[in-house]
Amino acid sequence: MSGYKYPIPRSSEITPRAAILDRRRFIAGMSGLALAAAVPTPGKSATREKLDAIASPLSTDEEPNSYDDVTSYNNYYEFGTGKSDPAKHAHELTTRPWAIKVGGLVNNPGEIGIEDLLSAYTLEDRIYRLRCVEAWSMVIPWVGIPLADIIDKFDVQGSAKYLAFETLVRPEEMRGQRSTFPILPWPYAEGLRLDEARHPLSILAVGLHGEVMPNQNGAPVRLVVPWKYGFKSIKSIVSMRFTEEEPTSTWNVQNPREYGFYSNVNPNVDHPRWSQATERRIGGGLFAKRIETQMFNGYGEQVASLYDGMDLTKFY
Amino acid sequence: MAQSRYWTLMPEWLVYPIALLPAAHLLWGAVSNTLGPDPLKVLENGLGEWALRVLIAGLAITPIMRFLRINLIKYRRAIGLVAFIYVILHLSVYLVLDKQLDWAAIGADIVKRPYITIGMAAFVMLVPLAATSNKWSVRKLGSAAWRRLHRLVYVIAVFGAIHYLLLVKAWPPEPIIYLLIIVALLAVRLVRPQRRLRTAS
Ligand code: HEM
Repeated sequence: MSGYKYPIPRSSEITPRAAILDRRRFIAGMSGLALAAAVPTPGKSATREKLDAIASPLSTDEEPNSYDDVTSYNNYYEFGTGKSDPAKHAHELTTRPWAIKVGGLVNNPGEIGIEDLLSAYTLEDRIYRLRCVEAWSMVIPWVGIPLADIIDKFDVQGSAKYLAFETLVRPEEMRGQRSTFPILPWPYAEGLRLDEARHPLSILAVGLHGEVMPNQNGAPVRLVVPWKYGFKSIKSIVSMRFTEEEPTSTWNVQNPREYGFYSNVNPNVDHPRWSQATERRIGGGLFAKRIETQMFNGYGEQVASLYDGMDLTKFY
Repeated sequence: MAQSRYWTLMPEWLVYPIALLPAAHLLWGAVSNTLGPDPLKVLENGLGEWALRVLIAGLAITPIMRFLRINLIKYRRAIGLVAFIYVILHLSVYLVLDKQLDWAAIGADIVKRPYITIGMAAFVMLVPLAATSNKWSVRKLGSAAWRRLHRLVYVIAVFGAIHYLLLVKAWPPEPIIYLLIIVALLAVRLVRPQRRLRTAS
């Protein structure tokens, strides 16, 4: 564990419960989702605050999954391995105050606070396909900031080739990290090549469905790289380091044969234990037809050139 | 030593509706759309997990008799057949809803995916056991041959647990616990029965 101490929020910083409820009712009314008021919102600390964001030409026009689907079906092992565990337990996490430490090969090391992210940048709606390595998929309307815009603030040194990320370790609030036999080595770590990180599709997401990021989806800030399997899009980020060497990534360490550093969505390279040729789109019900998985999750036109000349069966 | 007659008061046929309640619950959930965003996996995994649990219940009958002196043999055939029903339902969900009768993909799965190969092998071995779960077969085969055949259930249960272990990511506790329970239930069969001291009853 790092020695970094997480300050405890002053009570004045905590939104009063009544205000939260009011806001929820307001939002529920606004969106015409009268039902939402009756259904308990997953994650009771979720304030469901609206975010102002502009549309992006990089969005898909596919129909997004409902707020309920996106927030009740999650892989976030820090809160348990079941798909509904994060929705049940992630509310235990405090997400304010929050900062990402930025270091490594930069001339301007420092921190980015969550409030900065939310106020100093133009937020964009990015409706992306998400393809999980487990062969299911969703369409998620993220709200985020191009990662390149953030990277530029830190004056990256020429020798930097990679960007390494880490998730929070806070066993008191993340029950998956308290288990005697940890399911994964913590902290969860991920990495991108710097040109991947700078690609216009790569974002740090701070919300979804036009609202502040729910805890179970990686609040307050997470990575989204839509042409890679979902586990690359690391959640609840506290650290970003620029490095010269390829950084380690958690699933790659857990099982190098099954999870490569790149982990680009690729229907032609199967997971050693299951096929990646097709996927099930969540939300279509029991009889939803399987759909063909697309190379780079359908973002080939934008990202294929990043991998020119690389053997993608070797660099999976 | 006579056991209390209450242990076997329940008629055998009641095993079916009771042990199939979880299946009914899952199927009802599927029909009424209350299984969450991914009903297919909840149904498929739920039926698979219950198949394994019921197989374990069947394996427990002999140790319970040996070590706890409670004879529940009367229910064993029904338990075995219920396990078979769960596996059939589990397999049907896989074939029809998951793979949507894409026989090329199913064939590839069986050949290429060890967890499917092993699950399928377990299913294939269950068929002759289910087919001979009647008095006529015991007579026809002779009880020694019949018993030898039905020892296949040891392999089936171990395969079921390995099948589970092979389809998860990382090492979650559930499949490991199931495998340990099965290994324990098989291992105790190797313990020589102790000569029982006569106890005042
Ligand atoms: C004795 C026979 C079998 C047993 C005991 C068994 C048991 C299980 C169990 C315990 C699970 C996981 C449940 C969970 O994750 O909670 C499972 C999943 C599964 N089983 Fe089986 N199974 C058997 C046979 C088969 C057969 C014959 C097939 C297909 C050919 C099959 C295909 C699957 C599939 C596709 C999954 C889901 C994998 C996923 O989550 O993607 N199983 N089974």
